[in-house]
Formats: sequence, C-alpha cells, structure tokens
Amino acid sequence: MTEILSFNNVSFSYTPDQPELRKAVQNVSFSINEGEWIAIVGHNGSGKSTMVKLVSGLLFPQEGEVRVMRNVLTEENLWETRSNIGMVFQNPDNQFVGATVQDDVAFALENSGVPYKEMVERVHTSLAQVKMDKFLNHEPHHLSGGQKQRVAIAGALAMRPKLLILDEATSMLDPQGRDEVLKTVRALREEIGLTVLSITHDVEEALYADRVLFMNDGKKYAEGTPSEIFALGDKLVEFGLELPFAMRMTKLFQEKGVRLAGQHMTEQELVNDLWTSNFNK
Amino acid sequence: MDIKLQQVSYAYSMGTPFEKYALYDVDVTIPHGTYQAIIGHTGSGKSTILQHFNGLLKPSKGQVHIGDRVIVAGKKAKELKPIRQKVGIVFQFPEHQLFEETVLKDIMFGPMNFGVSQQEAEARARELIKLVGLPEDTLNKSPFDLSGGQMRRVAIAGVLAMDPEVIVLDEPTAGLDPRGQKEIMDMFYALHKERGLTTILVTHSMEDAARYADNIAIMHEGRSVLNGAPREIFSDAETLEKYRLELPHIVRFQRKIEKLMNQSLPKICLTEEELAAEVALALGEGRDAK
Repeated sequence: MTEILSFNNVSFSYTPDQPELRKAVQNVSFSINEGEWIAIVGHNGSGKSTMVKLVSGLLFPQEGEVRVMRNVLTEENLWETRSNIGMVFQNPDNQFVGATVQDDVAFALENSGVPYKEMVERVHTSLAQVKMDKFLNHEPHHLSGGQKQRVAIAGALAMRPKLLILDEATSMLDPQGRDEVLKTVRALREEIGLTVLSITHDVEEALYADRVLFMNDGKKYAEGTPSEIFALGDKLVEFGLELPFAMRMTKLFQEKGVRLAGQHMTEQELVNDLWTSNFNK
Repeated sequence: MDIKLQQVSYAYSMGTPFEKYALYDVDVTIPHGTYQAIIGHTGSGKSTILQHFNGLLKPSKGQVHIGDRVIVAGKKAKELKPIRQKVGIVFQFPEHQLFEETVLKDIMFGPMNFGVSQQEAEARARELIKLVGLPEDTLNKSPFDLSGGQMRRVAIAGVLAMDPEVIVLDEPTAGLDPRGQKEIMDMFYALHKERGLTTILVTHSMEDAARYADNIAIMHEGRSVLNGAPREIFSDAETLEKYRLELPHIVRFQRKIEKLMNQSLPKICLTEEELAAEVALALGEGRDAK
C-alpha cells in the first residue's frame, strides 16, 4: 500500500510563548493510504482546521513531522507537495476566479503551464467526472451550491492530485447539494481510486469514510471505522457532535417502547428492523 | 411591531442596462411576535428580501411597513436610524464584522452609536456575554483571539445589545458544529419567547424551519409563492418539489414508515421526538386491536 499522508506525533500551538495554553494540535499521529477515505470529525476548535493547514504547509509543526507522499513537508518542498493536493473549501462562493465554468477549471492548469490541447482535454474530462460537462459555458455564479462545489472538485481533479481534501465542503449546502457532492466523491473513488481526506462535523458525511478520526480539544480521541466511532454514542454528543439520524431515531423509538432488534447507523437498516420487529410476523 | 411587504419589487442597478429584478410583487405580512422562516433555493431572493426589513434596500415598487413607518418606492425615506435600532440583522458570518480591540468594546459599539450611555452599554454587554454562552472574562479579550464559534457568539451579542424588537437571522448557524448550532438556535428561540420578539429566520434548513417557526414563507425566483404553518407547508411535497425544495428529513422518514405500516399517522411530525411518539402510539393501538 502506498502511503499518501502521515502525521507522526505532530503538535502545534498558535501561542508557543505561552506554554500554559492548550495546543491547537497535540501529539497527533495517523496515516492515509492510497485509495482510502478518511474523515476527521470534531467540534469547532478541536484542531481540524489546524490539521488541514499543517497538511498544506500553511503552518509547520513545532513537534513531530508531516509526510506527504512519504516526504517530510518542509519549506523547500512545499510547492511541489502542494501540487499533489487538491482542496475544496467551505464557501462555494469564495473559490471562483473564472467567468465561466470551463475557465475556472482551467485556471490552475494555465498557471502551471499545461499545453493548450492537454488543458482542454483535462478540463473536459474532470468536468465529466463530476457530471458538470453540460455547464462548460455557464457562469459559476448562477449554479446551485452543490453544482458549485462539484465544479470546485473538477478544478482540483484537473491537477491530478494524489489527495483531495474536503474542508467542510458540504457544510454550507442544502441537503440535496450535500448528497450531490458526497455521491460525486464516492463515485470518483470507485472510478479513479481517489484518496480523500474530509474534515467535517457532519456525522452523516463521516459515514461515507473508511476510517474516522475523532478529534477533541486538539487530541485524537479515537480512530476507527464509522461503526466503531459511532458506537461511542454519548461521548460524541458530549464532545459537541451528534449521532447520525438513524441512531438518534433508534434511541427515541426504544425510549417510547417501539420494538427494535438492535442499533442502526443507516435509515434503511432502521426501516428494515422496524418492519421485521413489528409487522413481519 | 408588524412587518408588512406590499407588492414589493426590487431591481438591482435600476435604470442602467444591467437592471435586474430580484423580487417581484412580494406580499408578506409578519405579525408582531411571530417566528417567521423564509426558505428558498439559491437565487430565490431571500437575501434581497432580508435587506428590506430595516431599510437597507428600498423597494423599487410597492411599500414596506415596519411598525408605523412606511417606506414607499420612489419616495425619499428619512430618519431610518430608529428602524435600524429596532430591527437587528444578524448577517451570514457576522464574525467578519468584528473590529474592536476588546470584545467588550465591540459589543458596546452598537448601542453607544444609538445614544445609549456607556454605563448602560457595558451592563448590557456583561449580561449578553453570558446569554450567548461565553464566560464573562471573554469581554477583556481581543475578538480576534477567539475561535470561529466564539466570534459568532460575540457578533450576535453585539446585535442583541441594541435591544431590538425584531431580529432577522440569515443562516445564523452556518459552519458551526452540531452542538453550537443547537445552542444558538435554542437561545434565539428562548429570547423570542421571553422578550416577545418578532423573529425572522432566513435559512435553507428545513429542519430548523420545522422545529422553530410559526410560519414558513417559500421564495422562488423572486416571488413569495407560499406562506403558512409548517404542517401545512410540509403536507404538500409535490408543490415543494416544484420549487426545488425537499421535505425536512424527519417528514421524509415519516413517509417511509407510513408506507411500511400501510397507514398514515394522524399528523405531520416536525421533530424526531414527535415522530417517535406517534409511531409508538400507532403501533400500540394496532396491537391492542388484535
């Protein structure tokens, strides 16, 4: 397995001269292999955004090391490293530079001197990958939130990144927009084996990941599959998150005395259980 | 203080070749003390309508009534200051508007601008910082040393410090974690009840509209196309779909369960607690009948 990103005992403080204050990131280790989808979840101020800045080299750790493609990230190899990383941010309106969808996707390619013919081809391919190829000449401004984020993903994909980072990329979208974006990312993983790191406090988004890192007050509190993490139940709530919808409903049904056989993370499982426990007898 | 929009149309860049209408003939009445949600897709006119509630924008056609003040298209509106004190708007990402050296000064800035004494403004800041869920010593810090969620709360305290009668919220919880979202929404709801405020929530969260609002107005392509109680609005999925809106998650889940049970629950459930109770009731009754 090829390692794409790793943190080894990384610590970072915004106030290194005041050691009595809590560090933003404290002794965190984890790694992502090629083709994996890792979600980092945690409350506001848990260290998620600082971790993204440490990956993209906007910040450097005071202790420990960040490796991208197995190389320790330094000021010297920063630019090369960044070319391996595609990022999609929270606010879809803050990341457009082009007047049309295709100009926008071409922006980074033009900047890095990709030949015209290849550029056209890459723009078309990446827009087709996010199913926005019918919108080549639309103004980004007039798209829905979900469509804007898909164009932003296409812009990142056109650079052929090794790692796609979604930094709260769905938190400003309506439910349809969120579903669109998450389905797009899921399809991309299957089609081109994309490696994904998503930073989120939306637990439903974390359900899509292979592994979840649960951050609290700058420390890694737990790491595991979504079902392992959500089995922590009330701990998540205590640390500012919530349980997935199906788990909340399961709990409420049980409190009200509705018969159910077990705990459920997805709506479909819950509906099936409701059926077998109450009707199919 | 009632708010009434009568036949309001609004065009950006009026009278230029770039003239573009964002609102057409909007009629909305928000009676005093109501919790009104305004929902619509991107570009539906939500943000344009919001700026009419305290005279930031003046209608191109029609009239806006804010309490006993009337803003009429084409006429110069004088002395809007009292309106702006009574109608507080919490814009999206209000933390971007923080600017003072300390949190205390930032919260005091609004009320002092409206002629409140320094002593009174400081008393309000001390009360409000706790209300928005921050420790009192936050007042002495620079707003720029706070986390995003804390900055949001300070900015909200700054709007509340003007002691508004109407509070307009534009996606007030965007970007906050789930606990932060719930705390902020519950706080606004408690204020709404305790102080008898008129609250206007502009949002795309069907869940928040279902949980908190007395009435929901739906905007679509610059027109107000529906306005009614949540249970009324959510009883008609087809119409919502026409406006590219979905039912709240909880109502969609209710529909799934109803299909499974092959029976309709007696009402549309707006919260998870409500649905659990209704399903338990329906199943219990079913069992007794056997």
